[in-house]
Amino acid sequence: MAVEAKATSSAPRTPVWRDPAIRSLAIQALLLVVVLGAGWWLLDNTRQNLNRQGIASGFGFLDHTAGFAIVMHLIPYSEASSYGMALGVALINTLLVTSLGIFLATVIGFFVGVARLSSNWLVARLAAFYVEALRNVPLLLQIFFWYFAVLRALPPPRESVTLFGAFFLNLRGLYVPAPVAASGFGLVLLAGGVALVAALGLGLWARRRRVATGQDFPAAAVSLGLLIGLPLLVAAATGFPMSWELPALKGFNFQGGLVLIPEFVAMVLAISLYAAAYIAEIVRSGILAVNRGQTEASLALGLSPAQTLRLVVVPQALRVIVPPLTSQYLNILKNSSLAAAIAYPELVSVFAGTVLNQTGQAIEVMAITMAIYLSVSLAISAFMNWYNGRNALRER
Amino acid sequence: MTPATPSTGPAIQIIGMHKWYGDFHVLKDINLTVEKGERIVVCGPSGSGKSTMIRCINRLEEHQRGQIVVDGIELTSDLKRIDGIRREVGMVFQQFNLFPHLTVLENLCLAPIWVRHMPRPEAEALAMSYLERVRIPEQARKYPGQLSGGQQQRVAIARALCMNPRIMLFDEPTSALDPEMIKEVLDVMVSLAEDGMTMLCVTHEMGFARTVANRVVFMDQGEIVEAAAPEQFFNAPSSERTRQFLSQILH
Amino acid sequence: MDAQGTSQGPILPPAGVVHGPLGWLRANLFSTPFNSLLTVLCLYLLWITVPPLINWAIIDATVSGTDRTACAGASGACWTFVKMRFGQFIYGLYPIEERWRVNVVFAVGILLVLAALSPRVPGKLWSGGAFVFVFPVLAYVLLGGGLGLPVVETRLWGGLMLTLVVATTATVVSLPLGIILALARSSRMPIVKGTAVVFIEVVRGVPMITVLFMASVMLPLFLPPGMNFDKLMRALIGISLFASAYMAEVIRGGLQAIPRGQIEAAQALGLNYTRTMGLIVLPQALKLVIPGIVNSFISLFKDTTLVAIIGLFDLLGMVQTASTNPEWLGSSVEGYVFAAFVFGCFCLAMSRYSQALERRLETGHRRR
Repeated sequence: MAVEAKATSSAPRTPVWRDPAIRSLAIQALLLVVVLGAGWWLLDNTRQNLNRQGIASGFGFLDHTAGFAIVMHLIPYSEASSYGMALGVALINTLLVTSLGIFLATVIGFFVGVARLSSNWLVARLAAFYVEALRNVPLLLQIFFWYFAVLRALPPPRESVTLFGAFFLNLRGLYVPAPVAASGFGLVLLAGGVALVAALGLGLWARRRRVATGQDFPAAAVSLGLLIGLPLLVAAATGFPMSWELPALKGFNFQGGLVLIPEFVAMVLAISLYAAAYIAEIVRSGILAVNRGQTEASLALGLSPAQTLRLVVVPQALRVIVPPLTSQYLNILKNSSLAAAIAYPELVSVFAGTVLNQTGQAIEVMAITMAIYLSVSLAISAFMNWYNGRNALRER
Repeated sequence: MTPATPSTGPAIQIIGMHKWYGDFHVLKDINLTVEKGERIVVCGPSGSGKSTMIRCINRLEEHQRGQIVVDGIELTSDLKRIDGIRREVGMVFQQFNLFPHLTVLENLCLAPIWVRHMPRPEAEALAMSYLERVRIPEQARKYPGQLSGGQQQRVAIARALCMNPRIMLFDEPTSALDPEMIKEVLDVMVSLAEDGMTMLCVTHEMGFARTVANRVVFMDQGEIVEAAAPEQFFNAPSSERTRQFLSQILH
Repeated sequence: MDAQGTSQGPILPPAGVVHGPLGWLRANLFSTPFNSLLTVLCLYLLWITVPPLINWAIIDATVSGTDRTACAGASGACWTFVKMRFGQFIYGLYPIEERWRVNVVFAVGILLVLAALSPRVPGKLWSGGAFVFVFPVLAYVLLGGGLGLPVVETRLWGGLMLTLVVATTATVVSLPLGIILALARSSRMPIVKGTAVVFIEVVRGVPMITVLFMASVMLPLFLPPGMNFDKLMRALIGISLFASAYMAEVIRGGLQAIPRGQIEAAQALGLNYTRTMGLIVLPQALKLVIPGIVNSFISLFKDTTLVAIIGLFDLLGMVQTASTNPEWLGSSVEGYVFAAFVFGCFCLAMSRYSQALERRLETGHRRR
């Protein structure tokens, strides 16, 4: 075979405009100039506009006194508190609606999704109706419906809807009994914590032993006993250091207990019922995505139907379910901002609304608001990715 | 550098070419000269780098060291050279890679119209003549999805021929086909060879290699182990690795 | 009976399987004790909800009259409210004598969309192109006025018309932007890719409300004095940018579904980047993502209700304003039901279409 030392034609230098590396550099430089230029132009305009209106800049306003009240605050807050505190209150309210929404939507969604696959015709039809009805109506409309048409139409406190003499639903909100801790309650909490850690450890140990030695250990039953029994035992030993404070009608309003304001109840109801419709569809398609052959193969190996479900079907379905579920969770977070429309005091209504109007510092306020949404979104997807990464499929 | 007129040198010259994927050394010191009108079959176990080597020739993969000279043009990062080489080199893929959203005729006309700036009627006439050559003119208005694998691969060959290439590269053209369809594709390739086309063909069809090839190149672990005329290659291979490979695929 | 029948006996299905309606009931509603229990529970649920609902919505409802007094005695729904405000719910405050213009735009738009989306009508490229390039101009002139038509200010636009205008504009604008962003995101140039990633992820990470706030509160701050848009235009800019980030991800999904071999084949034929994308990759990818585009139109259509928060009156905003009017106090439920019905019909029809399309594409793909 002929191997020449030199090719028949030598390569002259490539002209710069035909070199892909240089072309790509030029395009990127141009883009950078355009983006930075546009950004600078916008910022400069904004700076001049703000100067003209005499609006301060910087984040100093966060220490100033807010001067407005917030109906619902889980941390101490009053009109004398700072804007920073108001931001904290608003953020906690956003997170509260989001986490409660995620929890309820997941539970309802799994339930409805499984119901859609039920062999019972009526159950499957009703679940399908639920999904279609809730999914195709705008969330804001549902929020308005729950808030204006249902909760605001409730009777005044004197004519409350009562459940077990402990729960009261009226125009002012939902009143529920509040737990009151006496001395020694800390011990019960501690016992609960210990039980939780022990149950987790037990689960891990039982699994290891099952795989290593083949011996079964009723870890689930023992854990459940531990979780209920230990705190109960400690509570009994310390003489039940906890009581329930019942709401009671005093004059025109209820005193005592915990009150969930109607805005909060409407928000949680609307957001979890709406997201549940989407989650139901995700769950359904996740279960359907598991190949029928997988079940057959598992049963043919002699695994019981319950083991087939637990060891073969669910892990595979979860892999399909988790990514879209993550984006639903992110939607719940983002949709919680719709609460601004019914004045539930969350991030957008308190901070991007009231605070922005009072201070006029639009740039800082919007930047903080968006940064918070972005970081919570990132945190949620990071967690879900971590969760999904644990049971991701390894492929070539 | 005038791509339009044929040069007098060899069709393809590969000199001391190396390629890495990250740390993995896929091609090691490849030297190969393909003369005009020569038909070369490249074989070797899977993962030996044979596909990567021919994909370097039209820059679907980038080599990192050495030289590739196609028809007198050295392949560099110069976009004009790459374009020039791609016009002269036709390629047929294992997975056919026909464009499913276009009819057979549109598949064939696409490059003549958009790359060679040929008027549509002329391009269609050209396309029909090549479809007749691969013996499926009646399928011109169908979509690729409506054809059998063998028919699709013949369309893919015709598509490459529509650019009037001087060199044809075949990347395992029959590996994705059912056995009964392999022959119809090989027949087309044989007739191409008879017309004097320069061909570089990665394939496991040893019958084709025996009857059509001027030389058979055996690659293993990124190296060219042996290159010889078919009689010598099949009857008296010089390397132990070649002998092992041949005994595996010829039983 | 023939000889075969007498010697072997007819071949019967196994005992215990009952056919007909009774068999269906047993198989689908009462197959196990648990299923029977569920069936009874569901029937009870239907019994306590459906009859009162029918009573309220139809039997005891009022449609006659022109004001609230007509509904005074009735225990059912007061549809009189919806009847009297119907015009506003659909057209907002658009002048009554000019409403024909809105109707013409609706009709042309629906015809074009049907032509572009239904599988049997030929000439998709033309109808689709007309919808994206010609229709917006027509709609702009007809709705806004000019060329001899009296001008109708955008603050008078409202109701379902506004909802459709916003959702359609945002979709049409977001399509080219989304294509550019998707291509940029799949680029190998780090700065191009990075810019696209940052834009897409930031927009997708924040609620649409904040984008609307940005557009309505901050856009005037961003621009030099004297340069300003009306409220609707600001909302349209905000929503279009918002939608294009989502559109980009939908289109990127389509791009990723195109096998690598398609690009290689185009390159081997000598096609450059622009032609490879324009002739080979995008036509296939866009066809694949039509269901995704319809789905994002559906969510945009629903999200449009948010413009109510920045003071534009779409269908929901109109219903909300009308039901807080002292004249019609206490009619909010009827208004919400009407709005839910309209949104529900639109969205259901569109999602059915996109599902059917998805199934068709799936089978079309498998054939390959």
